Amino acid sequence: MELLVASAIGILTAGGIYLTLRLRTFPVILGISLLTYAVNVFLFASGRLTIGAAPVLSDGMERYADPLPQALVLTAIVISFGMTAVAVMIALGSYLGSDDDHIDDPRGEDAT
Amino acid sequence: MTHWIILPVILPAILAPFIVLAARYHIGIQRTFSLAGVIAMIGIAAGLAWTASDGTIILYQLGDWAAPFGIVLVGDRLSTLMVLLTTVLALFVLLYAIGSGWDDRGRHFHALFQFQLMGIIGAFLTGDLFNLFVFFEVLLIASYGLMIHAGGNARLRAGVQYVLFNLLGSTLFLFALGALYAETGTLNMADVAQRIALADGAETVGIRLAAVLLLLVFAIKAAVVPLHFWLPSSYAEAPAPVAALFAIMTKVGAYAIIRVYTMVFPPDLDVTAGLHTSWLLPAALVSVAIGMIGLLAAKHLDRLVAFAVIGSMGMVMVAISLFTQTSMTAALYYIVHSTLAAAALFLIVDLVRTGRGDLRLTAQPMIPGAALTSALFMVAAIAMAGLPPLSGFIGKLLILSAAFPTPLVVWVWAVVLISSLIAVVGFSRAGSILFWKAKSVPPGPDTGDRMQRPSILSYCAVGGLLLLLAAHTVFAGPATAYMASISQQLFNPEPYISTVLGTPGKLSTPTEGH
Repeated sequence: MELLVASAIGILTAGGIYLTLRLRTFPVILGISLLTYAVNVFLFASGRLTIGAAPVLSDGMERYADPLPQALVLTAIVISFGMTAVAVMIALGSYLGSDDDHIDDPRGEDAT
Repeated sequence: MTHWIILPVILPAILAPFIVLAARYHIGIQRTFSLAGVIAMIGIAAGLAWTASDGTIILYQLGDWAAPFGIVLVGDRLSTLMVLLTTVLALFVLLYAIGSGWDDRGRHFHALFQFQLMGIIGAFLTGDLFNLFVFFEVLLIASYGLMIHAGGNARLRAGVQYVLFNLLGSTLFLFALGALYAETGTLNMADVAQRIALADGAETVGIRLAAVLLLLVFAIKAAVVPLHFWLPSSYAEAPAPVAALFAIMTKVGAYAIIRVYTMVFPPDLDVTAGLHTSWLLPAALVSVAIGMIGLLAAKHLDRLVAFAVIGSMGMVMVAISLFTQTSMTAALYYIVHSTLAAAALFLIVDLVRTGRGDLRLTAQPMIPGAALTSALFMVAAIAMAGLPPLSGFIGKLLILSAAFPTPLVVWVWAVVLISSLIAVVGFSRAGSILFWKAKSVPPGPDTGDRMQRPSILSYCAVGGLLLLLAAHTVFAGPATAYMASISQQLFNPEPYISTVLGTPGKLSTPTEGH
């Protein structure tokens, strides 16, 4: 299972970075979504991988999953949803306004 | 347990929805509540800073749950000082926004402004790395809204860059937190610090990785080269009061570096040895150089000021990365100076824009109120470039003298001194084109409609910031003494750690201890 989780995180990250480097809004937003999925799985894995154990800490429990990463992932998912929505709206506004979906500075201005 | 420390976070969190829901169509009520809120926050922040000034560490356990399982807010000398600086800056920025009518050019300026303050202040006060991430997101979400306030294509384009770059930064932050949690099993800063100090050589890869990733994330926030390239467009295109408020946002990155790398990863730790001197210091020196060269090369006044911000942030980072008590004192003094100077400069850029309509550095007819604006520009430019008599000069002297005993003294001195010279040239070139050459250009027929004089309140806001800078210079003695006491507290984190971890909360028996 370690191999599966690790390679899933790796592939998601690689895809995310590749899409982010395309420098056009739609691929970049998709790439960042992939990266956030990768980071969410990574956060899960940071509490050690366990199967069939409840995330409950109480007396008499023999096996349990670490509950904290699950809380962290929950927060991270909510935040990344909100952020992606904001990014999509701003990117859409920018695209409709300037008819151009590149996200680097336009040529000719003193962007140096 | 005092409840005062949570108020600067709660107050804007209540005010902002109130402004959106109840005062949506009444700009007057919005302004009144926003101003009243900021003034109240200044009072609270001053009280907190006063309480912390004798070395007390103010601890607030949310829901009375004891750290490291509960969330804590911690106020020591450094964080209360930064909160006070934020609220004071916010007051002048708000006055300017009201005086210039910027808050009326789009919707929800005041609500977003309050959320922004909540995020910044929360980031300064939190004692937990995951909550640092959450408060970063709060301040970023508000800053996205503020950044594209009043709309326009150029602003939206810059906004896309800004949002996406910060999203990448947030993702990196989460990777760092995951790695750190996997190694230490906790994210409370004091607890992490304790466990990392105990870690032996075999299990340090994840810690090293987390330290480097965290440094990268904070360097993005602080706009250190090579992670600075989001800043020029974003700051130049953002509305002037927003850019002025953003002057404190780069300092959030600097604050996080100071906090995490004095307490969690102190410089004498084997795991992260060499991170400051061999990586951060060169990057900071290059930032100073790039900032000042960009300042000389800029063709627009707003870009010029944005590069000045990169340069002055680099200066702060140079002082931080030397990592001695004296250099930290210099860094803290320079942080206060550069926040005020950068904010004043961004507001002055807007005074120029009000009169001219554009910011190209070409000779154009005289703007209304040019005498006063040019005087303000000169004072702010002197401060930013680090010429005597203002606080930039004292700050640079402190940095130079802190660098003297270190082996890299030649590099630091050369970069700081040469870049200051370049900054002086750049600012005087811009000032002379904008204000002196304007006299020789007759007013054109089409300029009449965009000629408007900035309001008195705008001038008061800029003047107030410059007066604060002057006070920072006049009281440099007491200020540096206080900064020295801050850095002394920073390099001696045991009271902080024992206060955070030793205070019992709900369900913990006092005898248990740590």
